[in-house]
Amino acid sequence: MDYGKKINPAVRSIKPSGIRKFFDIAAEIPDAISLGVGEPDFVTPWSTRSAAITSIRRGHTAYTSNRGLKELRTEISRYLSSRFFLDYDPEKEMFVTVGASEAIDLALRTLVSFGDEVLVPDPSYVSYVPGIMLAGGVPVPVPTRAEDDFALTVSALESVATEKSKVLILPYPNNPTGAIMTKEQLEDVARFAKERDLMIISDEIYAELTYGRRHVSVCTLDGMKERCVLISGFSKAFAMTGWRIGYVAASKEVTDEMLKIHQYTIMCAPTFSQYAALDALKSGATDGYADVEYMREQYDMRRSFLASRLSDMGLNCFEPKGAFYVFPSVKKSGMDGEEFAERLLKGKHVAVVPGNAFGEGGKEFVRCSYACSLSTLKTACERIEEFLK
Amino acid sequence: MDKFEIAVLSLVRSDSRMSVKDMATALKSDEAKVKMTLENLEKSGVILGYTAVVDESKLGKDYVEALIEVKVAPKSAKGFDEIAADIERFDEVRSLYLMSGAYDLCIIIEGKTLREVAMFVSEKLSCLDSVLSTATHFILKKYKIDGTSVESAENERLVVQP
Repeated sequence: MDYGKKINPAVRSIKPSGIRKFFDIAAEIPDAISLGVGEPDFVTPWSTRSAAITSIRRGHTAYTSNRGLKELRTEISRYLSSRFFLDYDPEKEMFVTVGASEAIDLALRTLVSFGDEVLVPDPSYVSYVPGIMLAGGVPVPVPTRAEDDFALTVSALESVATEKSKVLILPYPNNPTGAIMTKEQLEDVARFAKERDLMIISDEIYAELTYGRRHVSVCTLDGMKERCVLISGFSKAFAMTGWRIGYVAASKEVTDEMLKIHQYTIMCAPTFSQYAALDALKSGATDGYADVEYMREQYDMRRSFLASRLSDMGLNCFEPKGAFYVFPSVKKSGMDGEEFAERLLKGKHVAVVPGNAFGEGGKEFVRCSYACSLSTLKTACERIEEFLK
Repeated sequence: MDKFEIAVLSLVRSDSRMSVKDMATALKSDEAKVKMTLENLEKSGVILGYTAVVDESKLGKDYVEALIEVKVAPKSAKGFDEIAADIERFDEVRSLYLMSGAYDLCIIIEGKTLREVAMFVSEKLSCLDSVLSTATHFILKKYKIDGTSVESAENERLVVQP
């Protein structure tokens, strides 16, 4: 059969993730040490796991409402307010999704019409560009530079934005660079968005993981709430990746439209996962988010360790202030990120992710995750040092 | 204890082989300060030693461990300390604690075989003057040793992820 004519050209035009190749090589090397992971190394705190088990025991196995458990939305609303000064109505301005990933897809499908340009900081998380293409949009990379600590600048936006630009994706704290945006930097971007009448999809999944200063959401800036779709979830902050629970918060008008797609494609997020998420927020509210704070302190130590060790080896990296990634340049080794990662994995059995998996701007970089124990980082650094000799 | 001492202690407890240099790097401090903190913790008896956490079931040789509950008659002047010192000197004793509740001393003991442990109880421990009674419980399987899970969940993650 000629599948060429059977498969949707939009799907065919999407490249498989650049990470796939590394996954296959790594699978052949059982003793590989991985700095390639994108999820916490902590197990979900026990009380949260237990809450899910209890919900199953009690027989909460039916669908929830499309928006998700009302109690959970109420807690999310309180959480966003107390932690990030955000103000969203749990009844009308938010709903629970299957991970932040679903929320990204819904936001793109709702906001992007055929031929619309979507501005995406480059490098960024791998799923934005394919998501834009599937929604019929045109991804426009906005270069970010190591010199600017990989923050998004208005001059970079001005250099690529056109009349057709309709949406800006704002993924900070950033995967893969670990960059954050300060309030002042966000204000510049917000002004630009207003001038050009852009909608912003703000992916704040790493909001709890910043070091030295608290995360500021663009949605809290004056007049920006109506222009923003806030996306977040439980995976990173609460170590709940496998539970697949995220959420979206936006104006009623946008939320209602997004909800239509969610209701026809997903129905609702898994019920027991919603009960687990509810517990994560409730216990957090009573103990000052002790588990989140503990994990952040651990990440902070590893971050200092990894960034400093890599710098000592001559792999230049700016100080990442968010997420759990360090994004060093490997230019000095004479290799690009892809060659570096492949040879490091095959030669010294350490997995890192080549920066070009996240966009052209990542070509000379590799992403190293510090979501692993200090002893793992120590061994990995020793091997990288040997590799560079 | 100050915050820095607590941080150093938590690092060394999670990996006692971590070098002073690495600890200084992780804590954004200097080596001299970490070294001095460790020395103070040692001098003040907070840190008693540095050991490895071992899963003995993987040693591939006969090994048993038991927890022994001991009821004793305390001496009027010395309380439990004298009898504790008597028990502590045996090489087989790994840990020894004074307990609240139904019995007085808790001994963790290791031996090659059940018989060896039984001989210790009957020929050494029970013969001590102050020992009134003992109850021996053999350890069948360990799930967590000194804060370390025997089966780690870390390996379940995919090696490379977006």
